[in-house]
Amino acid sequence: MNHWLTAPILIPLLGGILQALMGYAPISLRRTLALATTVLMLVSAIILLVLADDGSYRIYAFGNWQPPFGIVLVLDRLAALMLILTAVLALFCHLYAIGGADEGNRQFHALFLFQLMGLNIAFLTGDLFNLFVAFEVLLIASYGLLMHGGGTVRTVPGLHYVVLNLVGSAIFLISVGMIYSVTGTLNMADLAVKIPEVSGENLNIVKAGGMMLLVVFGLKAAILPLCFWLPRAYSKATAPVAALFAVMTKVGVYAILRVYLLIFGDNAGELANLGMDWLFPIALATLAMGVIGALGSGSLKTLVAWQVIISVGTLLAPVALGSEAGLSAALFYLLSTTWTVGGLFLVAELVANQRGTADDRIITAPRMRNRTFLSVLFLIGAVAAAGLPPLSGFFGKLLILQSVEPGTEMAWLWSVILIGSFLTVIAYSRAGSIVFWRTVDGHLETPDPLNGRISVAAGALTALAVVMVALAGPITRYTDATAAQLYDTDAYIEILQTPMVGEDN
Amino acid sequence: MELVFALVIGALTASGVYLVLRARTFPVVVGLTLLSYGVNLFLFSSGRLATGQQPVIGTAANYSDPLPQALVLTAIVIGFAMTAFVVVLSLRNLADNEDDHVDGQKPYKSPAPEEEEEVTGK
Repeated sequence: MNHWLTAPILIPLLGGILQALMGYAPISLRRTLALATTVLMLVSAIILLVLADDGSYRIYAFGNWQPPFGIVLVLDRLAALMLILTAVLALFCHLYAIGGADEGNRQFHALFLFQLMGLNIAFLTGDLFNLFVAFEVLLIASYGLLMHGGGTVRTVPGLHYVVLNLVGSAIFLISVGMIYSVTGTLNMADLAVKIPEVSGENLNIVKAGGMMLLVVFGLKAAILPLCFWLPRAYSKATAPVAALFAVMTKVGVYAILRVYLLIFGDNAGELANLGMDWLFPIALATLAMGVIGALGSGSLKTLVAWQVIISVGTLLAPVALGSEAGLSAALFYLLSTTWTVGGLFLVAELVANQRGTADDRIITAPRMRNRTFLSVLFLIGAVAAAGLPPLSGFFGKLLILQSVEPGTEMAWLWSVILIGSFLTVIAYSRAGSIVFWRTVDGHLETPDPLNGRISVAAGALTALAVVMVALAGPITRYTDATAAQLYDTDAYIEILQTPMVGEDN
Repeated sequence: MELVFALVIGALTASGVYLVLRARTFPVVVGLTLLSYGVNLFLFSSGRLATGQQPVIGTAANYSDPLPQALVLTAIVIGFAMTAFVVVLSLRNLADNEDDHVDGQKPYKSPAPEEEEEVTGK
């Protein structure tokens, strides 16, 4: 039992409740408290990262119930990595939001913090049904955040997003029911024990349940046939919300990693590596689709939204191949791409604010007021996202390419990633050169000046691509250890034997 | 009982899926509701169907599984909240676009020619 595990959930929960109750307090007070909550959450994530780095599993059992019978929170290296990824991204998004984007909606901070709570529950939980609850918590907060901001442009993408995710939740429940009806448990560690023992006619029920789970996680992660809701929803969302949503697709990737490596991993008997042979071609097709979308996008935000889909494809391809080196490389790329895409969403909004009616569309417009600053940020973001040296995206892709064994898969992966990266570079250079260089005469009447908070937030989030290169050594050491820990499923199962507090009495 | 139960789940889910695929928001909302009913019943049945048995181990020879009942309760609460939200969102869609089509407007209706028609009509 380690009570620190509840900190990343309780901090945003209490902070969010406070925000919900003080909707009429002065905005400066609400902003200070909200930002303080996010900072506290980052501190707790750092503490958990330090705790998790010794390689052991820590659990928190609600109500002191022995694991298979109660809900548990489990902290391992992967969970700590996802927590820190979210906390850092959230801090900069929040900093950007209090630069002015949070006005006009009294509950913005409450929704933002509840969204973070849902994300943190999803990363920490060790129970399949609790994972469903976490998805619902983060989704209902995201519905509210997606609609944040004036105007009517968000209604239709918001409606599509909500309906799709409600159908996804229904499928999630069906698959949970199918798995429960055979195994009689929903604890992930216990499932990992029970699934290999499934045989006979029950096998098909669990198999169907497992594949339907992949559909649900694929919808969250936006893999190919289920990705078309994403560009419209993300490109219409307010900038800090869109930047925070960069981590939402990674929740799907996280769930795939957790469930399919632990429960349907190598040790799962007849159900070993369920769905992984499907995942590899789908991941490559997702990558290709993302590149086509990026080439055809008409505005900066749509371009970045398609970049989200490209990164999901790039992430899942090495994961599907199931090598430890590939998983480690994917985790490195996960950190890099999430922060970069978040930063690019913020930069796109800053660009849009200075171009009047041209907005973020890739067309010529009068020269921007802070063109040098914004173009440098866009250049850093684009270089990191497309995977050109010397920034972190390049190292992520390089590690992924190096991790594949020679063979047919290597040929496919290398060609799709390399051609995809080349075409992404074309998409970014086309967008950047039109937006920043091809200016027309004239001036905008009242261009919004950049204020300190939003430029620091956008600049710092983009600059993380540089920081990651400087810290590439420690980060790869950590992701290597994470990958090794994920493949060692026996250690995870041992949490079932953890003694409870006061059991001896 | 199993057959009736299965038929009810099947009918609810099939109607739900059909309605979700409709082009107007009202049938979609009704479809989502039916789908969640079907899913809740399915989840309930995952603990095996039994009548008149206690959900406590040790009090009788057979017992009914209490966990799916707890799961269904959670799912009902969440489903209810989500339905309320999607109703509000559909109304907002109707108000914003003056049309309850799920895409805001019918795909074949382009705005420009329509304006011209109005002008000639007057």
